[in-house]
Amino acid sequence: MADVKKIATRESYGNALAECGADFPNLVVLDADLAGATKTGVFQKAYPDRHIDCGIAECNMTGIAAGLATCGKVPFISSFAMFAAGRNFEQVRNSIGYPHLNVKIGATHAGITVGEDGATHQCNEDVALMRTIPGMTVIVPSDDVEAKAAVRAAIELEGPVYLRFGRAAVPVINDTPDYKFEIGKGVLLREGTDVTIIASGITVASALEAADMLAADGISAEVINIHTIKPLDEELVLASAKKTGKVVTAEEHTVIGGLGSAVCDCLSQKCPTPVLKIGMQDVFGESGAANALVEKYGLDGKGIYASVKGFV
Amino acid sequence: MNKLELQKTANEVRKGIVTAVHGAKAGHPGGSLSAADIFTYLYFEEMNIDPKDPKKADRDRFVLSKGHTAPGLYSVLANRGYFPVEDLPTLRHLGSYLQGHPCMQETPGVDMSSGSLGQGISAAVGMALAAKMDGKDYRTYTLLGDGEIQEGQVWEASMFAGHRKLDNLVVIVDNNGLQIDGKIDDVCSPYPIDKKFEAFNFHVINIDGNDFDQIDAAFKEAKATKGMPTAIICKTVKGKGVSFMENNAGWHGKAPNDEEYATAMADLEKIGAELGGAN
Repeated sequence: MADVKKIATRESYGNALAECGADFPNLVVLDADLAGATKTGVFQKAYPDRHIDCGIAECNMTGIAAGLATCGKVPFISSFAMFAAGRNFEQVRNSIGYPHLNVKIGATHAGITVGEDGATHQCNEDVALMRTIPGMTVIVPSDDVEAKAAVRAAIELEGPVYLRFGRAAVPVINDTPDYKFEIGKGVLLREGTDVTIIASGITVASALEAADMLAADGISAEVINIHTIKPLDEELVLASAKKTGKVVTAEEHTVIGGLGSAVCDCLSQKCPTPVLKIGMQDVFGESGAANALVEKYGLDGKGIYASVKGFV
Repeated sequence: MNKLELQKTANEVRKGIVTAVHGAKAGHPGGSLSAADIFTYLYFEEMNIDPKDPKKADRDRFVLSKGHTAPGLYSVLANRGYFPVEDLPTLRHLGSYLQGHPCMQETPGVDMSSGSLGQGISAAVGMALAAKMDGKDYRTYTLLGDGEIQEGQVWEASMFAGHRKLDNLVVIVDNNGLQIDGKIDDVCSPYPIDKKFEAFNFHVINIDGNDFDQIDAAFKEAKATKGMPTAIICKTVKGKGVSFMENNAGWHGKAPNDEEYATAMADLEKIGAELGGAN
């Protein structure tokens, strides 16, 4: 992977906002003293009058965005996932979700790849929280290409959207001429017959690596990228489960309530299938380099390979 | 409207509050009645609004941050012509467009869903900010409870409004002195309220919030104030107008039974008669 281009999706987020600024004059971006880290500083530089730093007050930022949305603005609120979804849960639910306002939540620094800051800042619960809010769209892009496409698609979609971005640089895997992003449509990355690996975010690249290793052992793994956790592409999930009869989910998130749970919710009702959920196994993270944490918690290619091997 | 007309209208708004809460067999009469004069002044005198066009782009905005006093908002909206007064007793009933707390998608004239305390003021700040960004001259008003200002988010929002010099924003505090668990200064005192808003760079006006002369003067002063938001701290009587509800925390969130309803309406009819009958 040495020669693969790597970009953190938070960078993609900031760049996409700046690129969309001219096309969407109502687009405004709010931050809570983290514009440098969330990379919305790029937008701020290009459109200083449309960037609002609210100071370290995420809950108020969320309410301000709600008020702006009632007046026709398309606000993005930016913070770390821990604060954007965690600290803010009730504000997002009541001030944005309940009135179904056109506010986008750009949550960066999600999951354990926050790294050295440790467990207090590693949000492994945000997808679960956001998924419970009626009418909320939840998107977890896997790389730069997808992250930028997701930002534009979120602006074009009327209603609240939660977008999850990471701190660490990740390989660009969707840089293909026929790549097309559509909210709610999963991407079949590799066809297989023995097992389905459903991944989102950083685990998509890991799943592709794992599939290569499994192939060497004679195991044919189908790999699906579910960038939109809600609404879930049930059609794609069901078709693959019916074909392979075994499903593995992989996410940089607790296995309680995230991608794995969303897939199980679908399969248990419509096509009962054995499922192995790879992710944070009901534990907090810890300090360490992002790649070391990914390895320790089994979210890299080798980790997913080993888990799938034990499952099939 | 002159003062007498405002007083008579406020009395009708109070009747609507009591009728709505009685019809619901639940709800929050105390803080609705204390703020009835403020609601009346806003919707009949102060705000640039059109009941025939509730979503008019450049209308003034109102956010009921103390959303539990929805009966007060609904009653004033109904009396102002947004929807029939006869619908007020459907409050909180299954299928009613008058939800227990304000819902902007259900009720004509409601500019923001609210009810989770501390959140409405932030939305109001967002509306005021939008007007500034777009160079529009509409104004935004938000009403908070004196218990509500115990919520930290209120001060996050106030800090931002002061910092941004949002002189198109008026924060109104209904200082009726009581919250569910008792007197606000026994539970967790927010006093001095005026000094706190001053410290957050607001222009602060202290008034008797049940006196239309003082209300009128305060809102005129707010409009004339440039370069900073205004906070109007309104000393009020919780349950105002209904003898047995006045200054009684027990009527924060309780509906009158049939007998109590009759007594309450008799109290308000008497006040109406003293004011010289209907407008």
